[in-house]
Amino acid sequence: MSASNLKIENLHVSIEGKEIIKGLDLEINGGEIHAVMGPNGTGKSTLASAIMGHPKYEITEGTVTIDGKDLLEMEVDERAKAGLFLAMQYPSEVSGVTNADFLRTSINARREEGDEISLMKFIKKMDEKMAALGMGEEFSQRYLNEGFSGGEKKRNEILQLMMLEPKIAILDEIDSGLDIDALKVVSQGVNSMRSPEFGCLIITHYQRLLNYITPDKVHVIMQGRIVKSGGAELAQRLEAEGYDWIKEELGIEDETVGQEA
Amino acid sequence: MSVETKLEFDQEYVRKFSQDRQEPEWLLNLRLKALDAASELPMPKPEKTKIDKWNFNSYKHDVSAQEIKSLDELPEDIKSLVGKDEQAGNLVVHRNTTLAFKQLSDDLREKGVIFTDILTASKEYSDLLEKYFMTEGVKIDEHRLTALHAALMNGGTFLYVPKNVDVEVPLQALYWQEDAEAGLFNHVIIVAEDNSRVTYVENYFSTGDDKESVANIIAEVFVGQNAKVSYGSVDNFAKGVTTFISRRSRVSRDGRIEWSLGQMNDGNTISDNITHLDGNGSTAETKTVTVGRGDQKQNFVNRVFHHGQNSESNLLVHGVMKDSASSIFNGITKIEHGAKKAFGDQTQRVLMMSEKARGDANPILLIDEDDVMAGHAASVGKVDQLQLFYMMSRGISRAEAERLIIHGFLAPVVNDLPIEGVQKRATEVIERKVR
Repeated sequence: MSASNLKIENLHVSIEGKEIIKGLDLEINGGEIHAVMGPNGTGKSTLASAIMGHPKYEITEGTVTIDGKDLLEMEVDERAKAGLFLAMQYPSEVSGVTNADFLRTSINARREEGDEISLMKFIKKMDEKMAALGMGEEFSQRYLNEGFSGGEKKRNEILQLMMLEPKIAILDEIDSGLDIDALKVVSQGVNSMRSPEFGCLIITHYQRLLNYITPDKVHVIMQGRIVKSGGAELAQRLEAEGYDWIKEELGIEDETVGQEA
Repeated sequence: MSVETKLEFDQEYVRKFSQDRQEPEWLLNLRLKALDAASELPMPKPEKTKIDKWNFNSYKHDVSAQEIKSLDELPEDIKSLVGKDEQAGNLVVHRNTTLAFKQLSDDLREKGVIFTDILTASKEYSDLLEKYFMTEGVKIDEHRLTALHAALMNGGTFLYVPKNVDVEVPLQALYWQEDAEAGLFNHVIIVAEDNSRVTYVENYFSTGDDKESVANIIAEVFVGQNAKVSYGSVDNFAKGVTTFISRRSRVSRDGRIEWSLGQMNDGNTISDNITHLDGNGSTAETKTVTVGRGDQKQNFVNRVFHHGQNSESNLLVHGVMKDSASSIFNGITKIEHGAKKAFGDQTQRVLMMSEKARGDANPILLIDEDDVMAGHAASVGKVDQLQLFYMMSRGISRAEAERLIIHGFLAPVVNDLPIEGVQKRATEVIERKVR
């Protein structure tokens, strides 16, 4: 199995003509967990959505590859099949489609016709993962995210992550709106994925999550690019001191996009 | 409006058609009267749908077809529609308008249940048929198509359930248009006497290609006091068939009608579904699903008239429009003066899958009584791009995601169709249309 690798070079992303990401470089390898932190409005979620292929975001410059293959040439479903996963901040609700049907369809989309996962095997795996996430059995037959609370939706994203076993996962603010117990459960789920074949990019603006999932690298994003990188200790300093010292260090007055000097 | 008055069929043709079939005098006279009326009457005017270019003239009327000796002679996909075990026992099969097979259990026969083709009914139960045929339900002179229907009726089913008889198994009718050019003028009459109960399930389908034809169908359902009729249908005519279908029910005191309609034609369609809640405490439940595709145009009207006090109606319509299909959905709840404590509710939802698809849902409440409750909801929207993005981000292709969204959108109606056979058949037809 080839080592997992996501490589972002000089990425520029616009939404409705406005540039949000302005030349961002980042490389994630299997076995690594990266955290991208930053205040609101700095382009964190845009980065996540654009890489997955969100229809509203336009990539104007730069390259993104997964295992050396050009990600930006691919349709959204092809990106997923190439090994990319995005746990979304606001997952859609789909009425009339059960969680179980959705997941089974997703798994089988990666497999050849005639090689579909057996129903028994699927149910066993799903039961196991749901139990690990403290999700009641009824969730498999509920319609996809419909009427789920915020915390239930986040767990459901992690359930999908654990079922689909991607090479590279981006978790977009998976911690927002979670109470401490739910946060622990979700973190355990992510930690259980750790392996040399699995790389992960965690997007958050709370350091709290990183108490449970220790990142190998921490990046600070401001004005649509990475302005500082470090190890786990960087997150701790941000928690203790906030972002002002970085702004001072770099001479940034307003960290949000479009406010650069 | 100027009316094209030339008809393809004359008195002589109709007289011979009726006499060849040895129909009773009253029916022949009714046909001749209707033929006269047809030349005078205007075409129906479905709201917001122009039908002046639709084919209502090109079809073969007098079509013969072979009987089938056993159900094994039916093509596989049609045979699969026939219920299993005891449900298979009660069946009428029409092939190219003509009765090809029928079967009714001894048990039901002994209880006085009549379930036969309309031609046989006109001979064996002439008085009964005459009482109900286009008298209190659909009138001959509503417009040209109802008149033409009466003049040219060439198939149909008569179902009669006597007082206090509870028919526990569904009775099934298959209308199979094997000849793509055969015009179907099908007439269904269901009479459920007081305190009886029956479920009737029909499937219309045409095998064959895009050759032009016409289906002009009328169903009349009479629900007696405290009786219940569950009426399920899956209409599935091919692209070349222009369909006019009028289903109508009159419901007596404490009676109940349940309509479960899978309206899955591939050709242009006018569907007019009307329920009269005549008796106090009568109720109606209507559920319909539709998938439009290609460039077909359809007009669906669901109308409930509340005459009785404490009468109750619920209407749930879900439609999906693909490609450049367009449909108008009109839901009309009319509460007449004096229908105190009536309750009427309707919901119509339309999902459009493409830029060129069109859907229009018009909820209309007409209320001439103060002491009532009525509500409506309607929505028309395009498929949610974020939903598609979300599903595709898990590796599901766009086509598959759309398929899931469509099934999901229709599921609240499909899963709730009270007749299992209709539910299954509707799901199969939907699957074929969304793939």
